[in-house]
Amino acid sequence: MNLSLEPITLEPPRLVLEKPLLEAHKLNIYYGKLHVVADVSLELYRAEVLGVVGESGSGKSTLLRLLNLQEDVDSGDYHLAIEGYKANNLFALDRFAKREVQTRHIGIVYQSPHLGLRMHASSSGNVAERLIIAGERRYSALREAAKSSLAASEFPLERMDDLPRKLSGGMQQRVQLAKAIALKPELLLLDEPTTGLDVSVQALVLDTLKRLQRELGIAMIIVSHDLGVIRTLADRIMVMRHGQVVELGLADQVLEDPQHPYTQQLVHAKL
Amino acid sequence: MPLKSLSHPYQGYSYAFLDEAAKRELRRTILKSIAIPGYQVPYASREVPFARGWGTGGLQATLAIIGPKDSLKVIDQGDDDSVNAANLRRFITSMTGVSTTTDTQKASLIQSRHRIPEEILDTYQTLVLQVPMPEPLRSVEKSRAVAQQMHADADYGLMWLKLYEQMVRYSQITLGTGYPSLVHGRYVMDPSPIPRWDVPKLHQARHLTILSAGREKRLYAVPPFTEVRPLEFDDIPYRVEDQKDWHCGKTGLKSKFMNELPKDDGSSSYEISDSGYVEKYLRQKEGESIRFAKPYYDDDGKFYRDDVFRELKDD
Ligand SMILES: Nc1ncnc2c1ncn2[C@@H]1O[C@H](COP(=O)(O)OP(=O)(O)O)[C@@H](O)[C@H]1O
Ligand SMILES: [Mg+2]
Repeated sequence: MNLSLEPITLEPPRLVLEKPLLEAHKLNIYYGKLHVVADVSLELYRAEVLGVVGESGSGKSTLLRLLNLQEDVDSGDYHLAIEGYKANNLFALDRFAKREVQTRHIGIVYQSPHLGLRMHASSSGNVAERLIIAGERRYSALREAAKSSLAASEFPLERMDDLPRKLSGGMQQRVQLAKAIALKPELLLLDEPTTGLDVSVQALVLDTLKRLQRELGIAMIIVSHDLGVIRTLADRIMVMRHGQVVELGLADQVLEDPQHPYTQQLVHAKL
Repeated sequence: MPLKSLSHPYQGYSYAFLDEAAKRELRRTILKSIAIPGYQVPYASREVPFARGWGTGGLQATLAIIGPKDSLKVIDQGDDDSVNAANLRRFITSMTGVSTTTDTQKASLIQSRHRIPEEILDTYQTLVLQVPMPEPLRSVEKSRAVAQQMHADADYGLMWLKLYEQMVRYSQITLGTGYPSLVHGRYVMDPSPIPRWDVPKLHQARHLTILSAGREKRLYAVPPFTEVRPLEFDDIPYRVEDQKDWHCGKTGLKSKFMNELPKDDGSSSYEISDSGYVEKYLRQKEGESIRFAKPYYDDDGKFYRDDVFRELKDD
């Protein structure tokens, strides 16, 4: 018997080979005496979706603001595997470099459109501003880019020049999303992007998010207090309480077999 | 040499109205503004016998740099004879004894509200522009502190967004006077409320321009031979006011900045806004020999430099 089979090459799983896109180590921030983010460490791989859950006031939004370089930490370091900044602790960058990383490599969508949009500029202008900041000076190119970003986030293009305040909540979130992805960032941060929307609208926006994530291969961190939202999108789940991470694991694991009593409570409340 | 011969005889007031300390501060401010083209330098705006808003900023700059040998021209919207210009001129001459002129070419110092004369200014001349509102970012950022930070960072995205919004809404850029312009590739300034017609005159100008806002207490400058570029998209070139078909009723000339004068029948007549230019032209027509400097725009409306207005190439 001749067993001259082709040699089998065993590929290690992708996650073992690849370096994470995002590495944050022991982030801490205090507001006065309040320890709002406490020793939070996390990693995120390219094209991966991390869901963050936790009750109101547990520090989720603050964590996203830190990762968006909007605020200074009290301690901790933060690396993104992006061109030109691989070796840098991003918190230690100067104002200009921070802005550069923020505009070119990170997109963010807030729960409140007032935080993410200029209400006095047109929807397309809100998207175009990202390209303006990145140095685009051709009006036609700004128009085209705004159009294609808005189309990608499934925004009705006939309304692209409307002011955001004339739009419905769902459409406002789509403008925020178009703005966030306009420069094809590696990292997309979503802070309760569908909270406050009608359930049916919420489902549509989640569909868009899912599609974009697949097509662009973008890494996402999505914050929500709604486990249903997290379940539809996230590969892994991080549970926060009082600024601390109480549980972190694969989505199925955390949802099916929660370890921490707080998570058990959350999951059972949901079911 | 007796000490007395070194100082001027006693007089009841200091030369050019402002006390020496005030003038020294203003001159220092002016030097600083020249050193940092387009940067708004704060200064302690003094009391002068004019109400704020009537050219007190320009007046203080003028008083700080004027000397007995200067020849002064004061205009308001291009006009030597308006009440405001006449008042300022009378005050300055009575405080300094300088001679005055309406002839742009003969003036060494020109204080102006809202216009730059039509004849090309030269290195021996200084233009002082009265500025009501020096902050170009005010329309996009209400907080002065934030605007200052934006200047420091050369963060002018919001200005561009404003232009974008105008294109979206009106298919053209509707900013009229005070068109935001980038000075020396660094600071965006509001070139006082001069019309778009006048903004290119500041680019690589041979003369010094000082812009001074008395109420807002800030002063900035465009030194000679400095880049001044109005903000424009690469594919939407800067345009001046369209007055191609307008002819001046007094001189028959065209291609100079005109005032539009509505007539009873609803139509309009036009008149060159630079009254000194009109006066010279009419005197020349009557046979006087008059010296003109080359105008910024020739009779066909062509600008004297060819690196300012771009034509778009179709491709
Ligand atoms: N700018 C701030 N100043 C002071 N306290 C703040 C500020 N932002 C948030 N906090 C407090 O920090 C805690 C965490 O807030 P946040 O990150 O918004 O929580 P979450 O998004 O999980 O609801 C809360 O107790 C909140 O009151
Ligand atoms: Mg929150």
